[in-house]
Amino acid sequence: MDDMKQMILDYVRREYLEEDDDRELNENTKLITGGIVDSFSMVSLKRFLEKKYSVQIPDAEASPEAFDTVNSIIALVNRFKKA
Amino acid sequence: MAYSDKARAAYQTELGGIKEAGLFKEERYIHAPQGAEIEVEFPAGSPVKHVINMCANNYLGLSSHPDVVQAAHEGLNTRGYGMSSVRFICGTQDIHRELEKKLTEFLGTEDTLLFPSCMDANAGVFEAVLTDQDVMISDRLVHASIVDGMRLCKAMTDTYKHSDMAHLEEKLQEHQDKRYRLIITDGVFSMDGDVAHMDQIVALAEKYNAMVFLDDSHASGFMGKMGRGTHEYGGVVGKIDIITTTLGKALGGASGGCVSGRKELVEMCRQKARPYLFSNTVAPVIVSGALKVLDLISKTTERRDKLEWNTNYWRKGLKEIGLDIKEGDSPIVPVMLYNAKLAQDVARDMFAEGIYVVGFFFPVVPKGQARIRTQLSAAHDQKHLDKGLAAFKKVGAKYGILGLGKKQIIEKYGM
Repeated sequence: MDDMKQMILDYVRREYLEEDDDRELNENTKLITGGIVDSFSMVSLKRFLEKKYSVQIPDAEASPEAFDTVNSIIALVNRFKKA
Repeated sequence: MAYSDKARAAYQTELGGIKEAGLFKEERYIHAPQGAEIEVEFPAGSPVKHVINMCANNYLGLSSHPDVVQAAHEGLNTRGYGMSSVRFICGTQDIHRELEKKLTEFLGTEDTLLFPSCMDANAGVFEAVLTDQDVMISDRLVHASIVDGMRLCKAMTDTYKHSDMAHLEEKLQEHQDKRYRLIITDGVFSMDGDVAHMDQIVALAEKYNAMVFLDDSHASGFMGKMGRGTHEYGGVVGKIDIITTTLGKALGGASGGCVSGRKELVEMCRQKARPYLFSNTVAPVIVSGALKVLDLISKTTERRDKLEWNTNYWRKGLKEIGLDIKEGDSPIVPVMLYNAKLAQDVARDMFAEGIYVVGFFFPVVPKGQARIRTQLSAAHDQKHLDKGLAAFKKVGAKYGILGLGKKQIIEKYGM
């Protein structure tokens, strides 16, 4: 779980923040509503998760709400890992 | 009554919230044609003030050029005021097609289709040429109208960090499974004034079998030696698949826009782009004026050369004063202030000094990136620029920001 958390946080930092952006990110940071990830850029996060954790997340489930925090993303991935 | 008291109160509360957040936009009434010097009534009801305009997109100073005004008059006399039709019913005159051909020649493309505005061109083009089998990969700082156009298209969306070619390359690799990849960028970015690396973008497009889309609204008419745009500046004329641009900035400043590029893609827009199909044709007066603009700038590069001189003089002058500006080669020169209130205060004081500039802050630019966007014009003479620099020196000294960098301004005023 902690590995997954760290992995996703690292990805978000690398993919969405500029190099000089030293904002603190944690599992509860609002990614979409906080303006860090816009809806157009979500696709790369979804593809990263699908590849990394060998899951298929249906587009309908990949909502801005489900992607808003690392915690909610972990819950989403785990749901599809089990299914 | 359908517009209930409850609804009215709710809208009033929302508008109040916008005001309280300091985000309320107010128009300033200009009592003159567009130009380097204008008469402005602001706030509404105030006496009219004579100011130097440094916030127009009138890059070539053609908005009120006598030859353009004269051509528009002739167009009005010979082709009438309006067409009362969309293009494909009875709204296409000989001059519409003539302007499309002239634009094609000027931009170095295969064909061109006029739209009521470039906002409309961007709203319609993606949906007309892409499907859900494709992907659009856009720079993260593209104009809002592109964002809207992408929303209307069923193709997958992805983005790359602003002008980060390594990140773009990663994305192109990642999306090799798609039918078509379309790289989407502005030529000159409207808020930062920096220029897209068109040579590198085209090289990546060729390497990874992608098409290139360029919105050159803040470049057409002056970027590149002949003023063709950012593709000329980057040495890739003929290699851009879709260019959208506006007649509402350097090219006369009235209204109208176009999609220009590969002839099949332009034809797809003629068949399918909804803002083209369902909106009125560009008025004959504007078409006639725009034809004259292309005529003027094809004969001589004098105006874009003067703009280039003004840009260099202004950028150098601001740096010498000690203001923190965004580097670049374009006539969009942001003076960085980082703090939203500071940007508004400096803009207000500049206006009092007779220089019309506007502060930009969130949500128009990212939080903590507030600025004053200055824009040069070929209509400016050195005396205008010297007055502008003197005013910035005076106002900058008042706020104690001369010689300060980003970190120090933020330390002093906060983000």
